[in-house]
Amino acid sequence: MIGAIRMVQRNALVYRHVWRGSVFSSFLQPTLFLLAMGVGLGAMIDPRVAALPGGVSYLEFLAPGLLAAAAMQTATFESTYPVLGKMTWHHNYDAISATPMRTSDLVLGELMWIAVRLATVGTAFVLVMTVFGIPRSARVLMAVPATILTGLALAAPVMAYAATRKNSSTFNVLYRFGVTPMFLFSGVFFPISRLPDPLQRIAWGTPLFHGVELVRGVTLGPMSWLWLVHAGYLTGLTGIGIAAALRTFRRRLSA
Amino acid sequence: MHPIGTPLIHARDLTKRFGDFTAVDRISFDVCAGEAFGFLGPNGAGKTSTMRMIACASPVTDGDLLVLGMTPQAQASRIKARLGVVPQQDNLDTEITVRENLLMYARYFDIERQVASKRADELLDFVELSDRADAQVESLSGGMKRRLTIARALVNEPDVILLDEPTTGLDPQARHVVWERLYQLKRRGATLLLTTHYMDEAERLCDRLVVMDKARIVATGSPRELIDKYSTREVLELRCADDVRATLDGRLGGVADRVEMLPDRVQIYTSDGEHALQLVHALGIPLESAVVRRSTLEDVFLRITGRGLIE
Repeated sequence: MIGAIRMVQRNALVYRHVWRGSVFSSFLQPTLFLLAMGVGLGAMIDPRVAALPGGVSYLEFLAPGLLAAAAMQTATFESTYPVLGKMTWHHNYDAISATPMRTSDLVLGELMWIAVRLATVGTAFVLVMTVFGIPRSARVLMAVPATILTGLALAAPVMAYAATRKNSSTFNVLYRFGVTPMFLFSGVFFPISRLPDPLQRIAWGTPLFHGVELVRGVTLGPMSWLWLVHAGYLTGLTGIGIAAALRTFRRRLSA
Repeated sequence: MHPIGTPLIHARDLTKRFGDFTAVDRISFDVCAGEAFGFLGPNGAGKTSTMRMIACASPVTDGDLLVLGMTPQAQASRIKARLGVVPQQDNLDTEITVRENLLMYARYFDIERQVASKRADELLDFVELSDRADAQVESLSGGMKRRLTIARALVNEPDVILLDEPTTGLDPQARHVVWERLYQLKRRGATLLLTTHYMDEAERLCDRLVVMDKARIVATGSPRELIDKYSTREVLELRCADDVRATLDGRLGGVADRVEMLPDRVQIYTSDGEHALQLVHALGIPLESAVVRRSTLEDVFLRITGRGLIE
């Protein structure tokens, strides 16, 4: 555990040189999205025609979905290019592996760092949502851990995959055929019940859908046993991803 | 520090295979405390694979390997805590400062902050980078990066320092600075293990070395011993026009026992180069140039393998 924290310290040291821009965009991005799509587009959506679950406004429906999507964006970015960079381009993992640090320290440390990044994204987003008057209760604070869990469920398996790559050429495929379709069809912008049946089942299987449902649930209520299902799915995927990442990192770093 | 002469690395029939390819083939050697031990050989001879096994970065396929009395498969972390590794390719953290690189690396060894801070200052002084302490690593020259990598490898006060081709890719001036620093380490009694394909580097730094070729050790000894055993005291190098060269076969037999016809020159192995040159002149062979020099490890390698070190 202490080794994983060293890894977090290392990433924080690097981040210290760039944090201003990054934190600023954590606030700017949700504000712009909520203004354009929630307030602007949302005003054109007639609640009598498009009945949203719980009778919420489109802005209220959209905001937590966008938070889950932001978690996905942050997690997939942080677990692709930076990991490949440290593995292949700059050989930082080799340097660290020459010390008493273990491979598990690297993998868990990288995920802990991504969790820290997700926490800042989640906190900024919750503050912006509060300014827009969206949360129904203090339970919205649970949106931060829900954001972290959503992100980790994607970051862990993606990191396992990134550790097997020699270059970044296939990351675009991952974004184009994984991240973008999930962003559009996993319930961020409209309930997946609007999808035709087979697509609805596929959407049900995506990690982002469970992330969206969980974040939306804790933001808008009411409490539901389904939260356990979503959290369980995301936790399971995180666990599988960690196990896979331990394997791919070991194979790559010790040949 | 270990008493001089204590064996710190012990390898018997050490072997590394990648699938069907054998990178290291049953090599045996011992490295003792206070010694500068070298692996000399061309690229692909198995030097780096051997280093990686010692550094616990690559599992041993077969044979025995003890590093500081421990086996890499059972006690990798404890071994790594006591090694300093300078890899072939610099792998510094380029997005943080020079000093931060040392401080962060010390954290991986669980060295206390105050101790690390003091040591970082001393090491920056040692590698002559004190004035660049707060510079970004990106801004350093190749030679400076190499020196920083060496300083980083010393941050845990290692028992053995592993250097994989420490000066490959550096310009001549930067090489000399690195050699000078390594020589200082040697004088302080450090145990150095280095790979190189530069014979001048091996001659300058190594007390003892093994010559590797095609995954095997082909010769062992001090640079002097190897030269005495496999070469002559002096070498006469001749250069002449191609048409002259074509007529040389057999004519030089009386000049010396051994003559090597290389693509760009003819090398005559002899105990007395000036005398050999007089004999060549007496034969009336028109020469473009003639140089008498001392024998080097390059000649040893050529003798043993029939090929040059750098191809």
